[in-house]
Amino acid sequence: MQDFGAAFGLAFHLLAGMDAELVEIVGLSLRVTFAAVFVSCAIGLPLGALLAVSRFPGRQVLVVLFNTLMGLPPVVVGLLVYMMLSNAGPLGVLRLLYTPSAMIIAQAILVTPIIIALSRQVIEDLNNEYSEQFRSLVVPFPRAIAALLWDARFTLVTVALAGFGRAVAEVGAVIIVGGNINHVTRVMTTAIALETSKGDLALALALGLVLLIIALGVNIAAQLLKSTARRRAYA
Amino acid sequence: MFKKLTTAFATLALAWSLQAGEPSSAADRFIIVQSTTSTQNSGLFDVLLPKFTEETGIEVRVIAVGTGQAIKNATNGDGDVLFVHAKPSEEKFVADGWGVKRFDVMYNDFVIVGPKADPAGIKGSSDADAALKKIAEAKAPFASRGDDSGTHKKELSLWKAAGVDVKAASGDWYRETGSGMGATLNAAAGMGAYALTDRATWISFKNKGDLAIVTEGDDQLFNQYGVILVNPEKHAAVKAEEGQLFIDWLIGPEGQKAIADYRIEGQQLFFPNAHKETN
Repeated sequence: MQDFGAAFGLAFHLLAGMDAELVEIVGLSLRVTFAAVFVSCAIGLPLGALLAVSRFPGRQVLVVLFNTLMGLPPVVVGLLVYMMLSNAGPLGVLRLLYTPSAMIIAQAILVTPIIIALSRQVIEDLNNEYSEQFRSLVVPFPRAIAALLWDARFTLVTVALAGFGRAVAEVGAVIIVGGNINHVTRVMTTAIALETSKGDLALALALGLVLLIIALGVNIAAQLLKSTARRRAYA
Repeated sequence: MFKKLTTAFATLALAWSLQAGEPSSAADRFIIVQSTTSTQNSGLFDVLLPKFTEETGIEVRVIAVGTGQAIKNATNGDGDVLFVHAKPSEEKFVADGWGVKRFDVMYNDFVIVGPKADPAGIKGSSDADAALKKIAEAKAPFASRGDDSGTHKKELSLWKAAGVDVKAASGDWYRETGSGMGATLNAAAGMGAYALTDRATWISFKNKGDLAIVTEGDDQLFNQYGVILVNPEKHAAVKAEEGQLFIDWLIGPEGQKAIADYRIEGQQLFFPNAHKETN
């Protein structure tokens, strides 16, 4: 298979040449995924923390439910969001189908359970250390949650990165709700799917390498941020 | 200082990404065309659409899926124009009231491709019935779309005409990939199977591997493309005016010429035939 060699060369050329179309596609990929991860964290982190520290009947059921939802099939999420946003669907009037917003919604649905489930575990472990102190100092509930989230922030960055990885690599949902429209909703993964269907395997693989490199960049940035912040926090 | 920088950076990144939700560019005049993979993968739209947009200022956003899914999406009102290739289904779409009127746009033909070793011995044949019968007799692997697309519908009608019951052979030599034309050709190349494909996808397809055309030229392999405006009476959101402009342009002299002029490696992929038989 000479495609492998060609793919590496092509990936290098694509990156070095800063091809305008590629920049546009990469930009949209990152924007959609960042937005989805942000929305997911805004919803998922407080919920995860709440689930970690509160005790109520049915809590275990919720924990298992969110753990299960981490495995939501993207195609099913895409289909559900399509049916909601379709002109024939209940939210059709919003005219969101085949826009980046629709892709953000679909990815947020995929990522939120991951954020909830993982942050719940992280906060629960931390709470085991803190709970006695909270009780003896009679810390109000909301402040306890805020303190736990703040103290777990470095671990929670990794949680967010897990969500980022899931969203940025996902194709099944965004291709249904985004439609892979050139210059409008084409992202890295849908472009890879398109090139594969054209039989241009080398270009498809090259785009895959570029996607991997971008993800590497995001992870390096997060790691740098984390270690610098940690040094400052404990210095 | 570090904290401020981080916060500023994070805020900027956030603002930038959340803007992704906003419809980009100034193109508020756009239509959505539900179409098929062959028109997109062949590169036809890449030359056709910019010409139309330049003339009218209307952006055309293409959703390229199988004909079955395209019709379903259009029925849901998720598109202004339907541009596909399965005449009976298109006529039903109009008859059921989902579309306004169907126009012929262009045609090409289907071909049967297969491995060079040709286990069914059909190379050079121009009789689709006989070729399919031989494939069935030899139990040679055949990769089917199996996805209710225009090509799949055509393929099923060909098997029916040849008197072969492919359902019985499903999973055996008859393999339904359940995916697009490109993915099916990739699979056929991978397992040395025969497959039915439209000529445009075939010519522009880059992973032909060991595959070559084995059967072509049968009248039954005719492949007609049609265009339909989605009925605004069914879905108020349909941009009837802009959609009709696109259809008029497509079947008018400029669109027809652009279609005729499109070539890959000197080969013409689509042959315009609007107005010859509008119904």
